Amino acid sequence: MRPFLYEHADSPERAVKAGGQFIAGGTTMTDLMKLDVMRPEKLVDINPLTHSRAGQIEVTDSGIRFGALVRMAQAEAHPAVRSSYPVIADSLKLAASQQIRTMASLAGNVLQRTRCEYFREVSWPCNKRVPGSGCSAIGGVNRQHAVLGTSGDCIASYPGDFAQALIALDAIVETTGGPKGLRLIPFAELHRPPGNTPHIETVLEPGELITAIQVPAGPWTRRSRYLKIRDRDSYAFALSSAAVALDMDGDTVRQAKIALGGIASVPWRATEAEAALRGKRLDEASATAAAEAALAGAKPQEHNAFKVPLAKQTLIRALLETQRMEI
Amino acid sequence: MSVAAPEPGRNMGQPAPRVDARLKVTGEARYAADFPAANLAHGVLVTSSIARGSIASLDLGEAKAVAGVIEILTHDNVGSAIKPLPFGNGSATSISPLTDAKIWHDGQIIALVLADTFEAAREAAYKVKATYNAEQPSAGFGSAGAETLPAVGQAQSHKEDPAVGDAEAALRSAPTVIEVDYSTPTQHHNPIELFSTTCVWNGDQLTVYEPSQSVYGFRAMVAKQLGIDIGKVRVVSPYVGGAFGAKGSMTPRTGIVALAAKRINRPVRCVVTREQGYTTATYRAETRHHIRMGAGPDGKITGFSHEGWEVTSRPDSYVVAGTEASARLYGYGAVATKVNMVRADRNTPGYMRSPPEVPYIYALESAMDELAIALKMDPVELRRINDTMKEPIKGYPYTSRALMECFDQASAAFGWAKRNPAVGSMRDGDWLIGMGCATALYPTNVGAATARVRLSADGTVRVQTAAHDLGTGAYTVIGQMAAERLGVDLAAVTVELGDTSLPPAPVAGGSNTTASVCSTVLIACDAIRDKLFKSAGQPNQGPVKAVLEKMGSGAIEEYAEWIPPGAPPDAIKKLYQGASTLKGGLEGEKMMCAFGAEFVEVRIHARTREIRVPRIVGAFTGGRIMNTRTAHSQLMGGMIWGIGSALHEKTEIDARHARYMNRDLAEYLVPVNADVPQVDVILVPEEDAEVNPAGVKGLGEVANVGTASAIANAVFHATGRRIRDLPIRIEDLLDV
Repeated sequence: MRPFLYEHADSPERAVKAGGQFIAGGTTMTDLMKLDVMRPEKLVDINPLTHSRAGQIEVTDSGIRFGALVRMAQAEAHPAVRSSYPVIADSLKLAASQQIRTMASLAGNVLQRTRCEYFREVSWPCNKRVPGSGCSAIGGVNRQHAVLGTSGDCIASYPGDFAQALIALDAIVETTGGPKGLRLIPFAELHRPPGNTPHIETVLEPGELITAIQVPAGPWTRRSRYLKIRDRDSYAFALSSAAVALDMDGDTVRQAKIALGGIASVPWRATEAEAALRGKRLDEASATAAAEAALAGAKPQEHNAFKVPLAKQTLIRALLETQRMEI
Repeated sequence: MSVAAPEPGRNMGQPAPRVDARLKVTGEARYAADFPAANLAHGVLVTSSIARGSIASLDLGEAKAVAGVIEILTHDNVGSAIKPLPFGNGSATSISPLTDAKIWHDGQIIALVLADTFEAAREAAYKVKATYNAEQPSAGFGSAGAETLPAVGQAQSHKEDPAVGDAEAALRSAPTVIEVDYSTPTQHHNPIELFSTTCVWNGDQLTVYEPSQSVYGFRAMVAKQLGIDIGKVRVVSPYVGGAFGAKGSMTPRTGIVALAAKRINRPVRCVVTREQGYTTATYRAETRHHIRMGAGPDGKITGFSHEGWEVTSRPDSYVVAGTEASARLYGYGAVATKVNMVRADRNTPGYMRSPPEVPYIYALESAMDELAIALKMDPVELRRINDTMKEPIKGYPYTSRALMECFDQASAAFGWAKRNPAVGSMRDGDWLIGMGCATALYPTNVGAATARVRLSADGTVRVQTAAHDLGTGAYTVIGQMAAERLGVDLAAVTVELGDTSLPPAPVAGGSNTTASVCSTVLIACDAIRDKLFKSAGQPNQGPVKAVLEKMGSGAIEEYAEWIPPGAPPDAIKKLYQGASTLKGGLEGEKMMCAFGAEFVEVRIHARTREIRVPRIVGAFTGGRIMNTRTAHSQLMGGMIWGIGSALHEKTEIDARHARYMNRDLAEYLVPVNADVPQVDVILVPEEDAEVNPAGVKGLGEVANVGTASAIANAVFHATGRRIRDLPIRIEDLLDV
């Protein structure tokens, strides 16, 4: 680990003014610093914000507002989240380990970096770590990598779970310290696909701080779930996952909100699948058609072709199980 | 009594809790890297990012500029100060980093940075800049440039391929024949305690604190590396946080750290990172198998052929040659075997829990299931038909073998009778159910050992032997043997282990410790009793308490040496010099083995195909069970490892560069609690007076043998898909 300056900030304004790399739970940051992947010159510890509004969960009729410093375990255990937004509670409960969930902040979680091993070991060329050095994962070991949203410069997958629930539910990110001061960013616009600049992962400007995540209420949030398929039953990243929220009229879909995880370069809203289901009777056939639509653009690599059928089956299963939920 | 502490059956000891349990859970137990040293300097390794070639240059400027850096050892300033060790006999590899510029494998040590703090050393380590003359490496099987050779004639450990009769003719004439290929992946031990070395010089005396399965072996090896007398070296390793074979043979790091401490005239501690452990220590190499089996309509196997391929490093001939076991497990007719090694640009592999049996018995037990299907026979019955009390190669007898008793007890507990044998016939909602079983065996090794036991007049006992407790419970069971033999409470016994200042014991490998050390302690205790009762003029029986009270003061101390039958008379002398002599198992004229039978249920989601193991039942025989709690724990842990080797564990290799990829516990998967909801262990009573004086068959390794095949067999039963390449993963069961 390289030497760095360390500063506490007890308000968002001071955090922004301090000008440095924010650190909250540190579960990604310290890991990557020890690996020499991240080399911040200055860390601004925003944990004191936990005692302000940024550490609170606010529930109203119009939705939920999660302060950026709310811990994953805290949100997962919140009664209103569990009863009215089960897809959020599931996505948190199935992530990481209890210890990590107790430390990790929600805003930090959505910004977690990829698990691509070529990114995490500094001796490999990696466009995300060293722009222009090349992508070692293309043609390398790429079982865990993305099949959607990739580019010729990067095939790393976005590893998170919570973000899939957020993108499906049209969440909005509140930030401060950007060029125009406070701003609201649709969650769907927060992450940038790799394109030819995979080192730029979000639309956040340097020094811009997430202060809260809003999730609007809707008739679909109660009938929602997160299905995560992985190699072992806990503490493993998704091979594929699906966040599904349904507004049903009997067996007919009024509106479906769908996101897919473990298979894409960024949190992935499956708008084609949603369109395919709108106004349709939800059954095996329509769920299959939606899954086919969602994966139509998939581009598999040498070791991850299985993710295409797996993601389809994951979505079909998630849709049918969500339909059967008793609410 | 509880599930974790089973009621002792016939020939079983009490489930005494581990005597060191409180020390461990309170952090009082001192592991190698916990020993304090004054003025300690910290060492961090720098490792190569190429797998083949040589170091062109090392730029140390930026690294040396880091505040607190003392010195950086490289091949430029070490060279001949370290003597390269030959491979084998306690040396993990002949590759000798820092002695020259050559690179043999990915992640080879190329520098050791020494600094006042760990943080400074680590920062500087990242700032060492190496350039290489890189050559195209061969990663393993199928890589251009990999060299395939027969093991016989190359490997010290494999002198002959077991064979009997005309297997080709038997296979030609058998009415039912199967011919199948299997493979197992690269696996790493990942003991939770990281590898580390701490070296402290006092004049010309060196003390090494390092987690070790062989303190006398390490002493001999590090002395050779440094060119000093073994009498000048002490190795201390009282507690080991998991080893599994990874800490059995010494790696070159030990001597490098010792040299560093000498050079800077300060104690040096080097803790290897999790990632560096993958390339600077050993691992289980990938294997391939070709099996042919022929049987008559009665299920009797008339011909068996097993050929294996194993990856090793360029310079070292490491093979596990598990045909020694597979060729002797059943009463086959004719047998043909062959083991091949494949040299690649990799670090040298090494022992890992049940080294030969895990891959080779996986292949055999999977083939047995395939043969049972071909014969339309129950797989348990196929094993019953081919069960034998004599191994087929030379006709040597097993000293005891209750394999079918294990099958019967495990099968009853599992509910095998309720299994519908038709493939794909069992289902619970969206989950396909499969059930499978397999045989487990592990040779009963026993080694020449020594121990010193002291009985004091106050009734306390001290046992001293340089055996090793890897978390297995050695402190406890050795104490139990002394307590039982002398008729005192376990609480009155103190056991000292893991230090070359104690009398030597063999390497903690091959599951021999309980058998070897308990036998030796038994002999020492009996000598004490002899002396005590003789001097008191009383018959030698019962507890020693009354006689001791008469004695009033003083103590009786006995030092015992035990040499197993078949071992050379100088086995003890060799032991003091660091070389263990293990006998028994499958190498003499009597076959000595622990046996087991494992039954598993798998559940596979009909749609998304994830594979889970909701329950596993294993029944095992191990002769005398010293402690039902520690035995249960070993067997349970073994089966859990077996689940991992079937479904989770695989070190991924970038074949273009011969480099390991998933070098941490987030990406190298092993089962977590959620993956092992129900693990049932049955201890089947057994007595075997022939194996060793203690009557003990080691149970440290037997339970992760066979598990992977039981799971593969269950996956076939559930889905009709025969997955022959481990691990079995979701992609194997999806239509891509």
